[in-house]
Amino acid sequence: MATEPLPLQKNAATAAEDVVPVAVSKDEGHPLVRFDKVVKRYGDHTVLDELDFTVERGEHVTLIGPSGSGKTTILRLLMTLERVSDGVIWINGEPLTHIRGQDGSLKPASEKHLRAARRKIGMVFQQFNLFPNMKVLQNITEAPVNVLGMDRDKAEARARELLELVGLSGKVDAHPSQLSGGQQQRVAIARALAMEPEILLLDEVTSALDPELVAGVLELLSDIARNTDITMLCVTHEMNFARDVSEKVLMFDAGRVVESGSPEKIFTDPSHERTREFLNAVL
Amino acid sequence: MNDFFSAFADDLPQLRSGLWVTLEATVFGALAALLLSFVLGLMSLSRLMLSRGVSRVVVEFFRGTSLYVQLFWLYYAMPQLTGYELTPVLCGVLAFGLNYGAYGAEVVRGAVNSVPRGQYEAALALNMSPLHRMRKVILPQAWVQMIPSFTNLLIQLLKATPLLWLISAADLMTAIEKLRSRTGETLTAYATLLVCYFVLAYALTLLMNLLERSAKRRLGLAAGGKSLLKSRSAVSAAQAGGAR
Amino acid sequence: MTKDFDWGAVGDAFPLLLDGFWTTLLATVFGTLVAAVLGLAIAVAGRAPSRLVTVPVKAVMEFIRSTPLIVQLVGAAALFTSVEPLTVGIVVLGVHYATYTSEVYRAGIDAVPKGQWEACRALSLTPRRTWQAVILPQAVRNVVPALGNYAISMFKETPFLAVITVHEMVFQARDYGTKHFVYTEVFTLAGLIFLVASYPTSLLMRKLEKRLGH
Repeated sequence: MATEPLPLQKNAATAAEDVVPVAVSKDEGHPLVRFDKVVKRYGDHTVLDELDFTVERGEHVTLIGPSGSGKTTILRLLMTLERVSDGVIWINGEPLTHIRGQDGSLKPASEKHLRAARRKIGMVFQQFNLFPNMKVLQNITEAPVNVLGMDRDKAEARARELLELVGLSGKVDAHPSQLSGGQQQRVAIARALAMEPEILLLDEVTSALDPELVAGVLELLSDIARNTDITMLCVTHEMNFARDVSEKVLMFDAGRVVESGSPEKIFTDPSHERTREFLNAVL
Repeated sequence: MNDFFSAFADDLPQLRSGLWVTLEATVFGALAALLLSFVLGLMSLSRLMLSRGVSRVVVEFFRGTSLYVQLFWLYYAMPQLTGYELTPVLCGVLAFGLNYGAYGAEVVRGAVNSVPRGQYEAALALNMSPLHRMRKVILPQAWVQMIPSFTNLLIQLLKATPLLWLISAADLMTAIEKLRSRTGETLTAYATLLVCYFVLAYALTLLMNLLERSAKRRLGLAAGGKSLLKSRSAVSAAQAGGAR
Repeated sequence: MTKDFDWGAVGDAFPLLLDGFWTTLLATVFGTLVAAVLGLAIAVAGRAPSRLVTVPVKAVMEFIRSTPLIVQLVGAAALFTSVEPLTVGIVVLGVHYATYTSEVYRAGIDAVPKGQWEACRALSLTPRRTWQAVILPQAVRNVVPALGNYAISMFKETPFLAVITVHEMVFQARDYGTKHFVYTEVFTLAGLIFLVASYPTSLLMRKLEKRLGH
């Protein structure tokens, strides 16, 4: 589990590719994330409609689309904050949402299974969600110490390194409420990284920030994307971010992938009418 | 009136022990109520239907049957039924604990539910266990929300302690009642008694406000200096609605 | 020492308790009426333009609210010996709870938008008309569930009246218990009657609260 902490290094295998084909053929081994006919319904309302897509290891994928198109739901399903209504999510060839029975059949996952499955996944939220009852340092060390069982001194040393990475070395003993939105989000990013996730989910992480603070956070995330082999899934309205950070953009509408491709392709030459409409509206 | 106060001075030891009994019943009753509030309140938030059901029944039972009846039941009926006899003060502590604990359970439940959902989600995203989430993330934040309502309940509990007089527990009311019947100074006696309770209530409110301030500070929330002196009732009586 | 539960005593005491229950109910209804009317008056007085009115009103409210009902009852009964205990009880209950209901009204009045007051001034309505025609109709609408909840609380505190020899339910229970030495049965019965009467009422209030969108 313990990868080399810092300095963050990029995985050589994924360095070369810019454009990744959408449909990965199954005999190439397991994609890191695979949505297999995933359905999510709230009552009568279907948010995700038999959704299929894959994310390869080390890929940085941006999900775009009009609000209500189900982008955030995808992240929430991956984080197991919600359960699928139908279909299966696979992580590295193992079912996330289900348990494989003796006969190979799939049963809905227990809380215990979810806890184990969650270990590889981290998330940063739109509203930061720092714990106000803990100082900055404890926000970052709480889970490594008490969930991963990391030695406290080691966890604190690592937390300080991460705080330096996000540019907040001076705020170790601050209360979250004393920080600006941008600073809080940086701490939240450090907190997620401290758990050494293989997959990092970023849910509109700049939407709640004042405009002048957005650029700094985006730059930080670009750095992380460049210098680590963490797989990233981002939901964002920042098209710059999509262009700078990700190799792949998925355009969603009404719970389905309308179009996917490299940022250049999607932004300069979208092949789908819905994508064109959406980009015209936001750019 | 001078008669009363000279008698007051003579009876000072009895008055002091009466005050002690009142404080004892208040403090231990409140601690029992606090414990029960958390047990019943957390049970009501459980995923298990049985646990929620038991909590619901206990809460409704002790809210629905009058405190007065509960106290009398413990004092008069329980010895007859079981053969166990509790001291009057213990009856009081138990009855206060059960009755106010039932009200407190609703406070705990409401406060836990008022912690933003994002906090729960962030804790889950860090893979914390349910117990860990509750202990380290949810409860410390809910606690701040609970204090004003608990203050309200504490004062209500203090105001219920003169019931001890009815089960001959030698509390403050009993002590002053004795003075009254000896001196015949009805007005002075009851006025003194009321002032005593007012001072006690105010002191307790002040203590609770201090507690609230320190709890808020731990969350990094600024609490204005004025809030220490704010009266409990004006803040929470209206919003508590039918809290009691 | 221990005795078996005596069902005969339950049957025996039941009519007596029921008799007391009517007094309990009577005290609750009239006590609530006093609290509802007086509470409104206090809330309006609290908005008086002069601090000569508002400060003493606030101080007295604070004092009554912070001191035990039972001491107030016993004190009032001892001072007004010529008045019937039930009347004393109703008035003291009503005044005590008025200090709570006034807060409910106050919150309701505070919730009326400032523009409403300004509009009244712009139309040069008299203070009386302002309150009567504009402010109170808006303020009072949402206070019904809260008043109902206080009525239920009061209902459960009416046994305090036994202390000043009002023959309400618990007085009857205690009386019967002392005479026949059957406390378990009568107090259990009294408790159950309280539960049976108060639980459905509080459910009703919760429903009402939900409907009014609190």
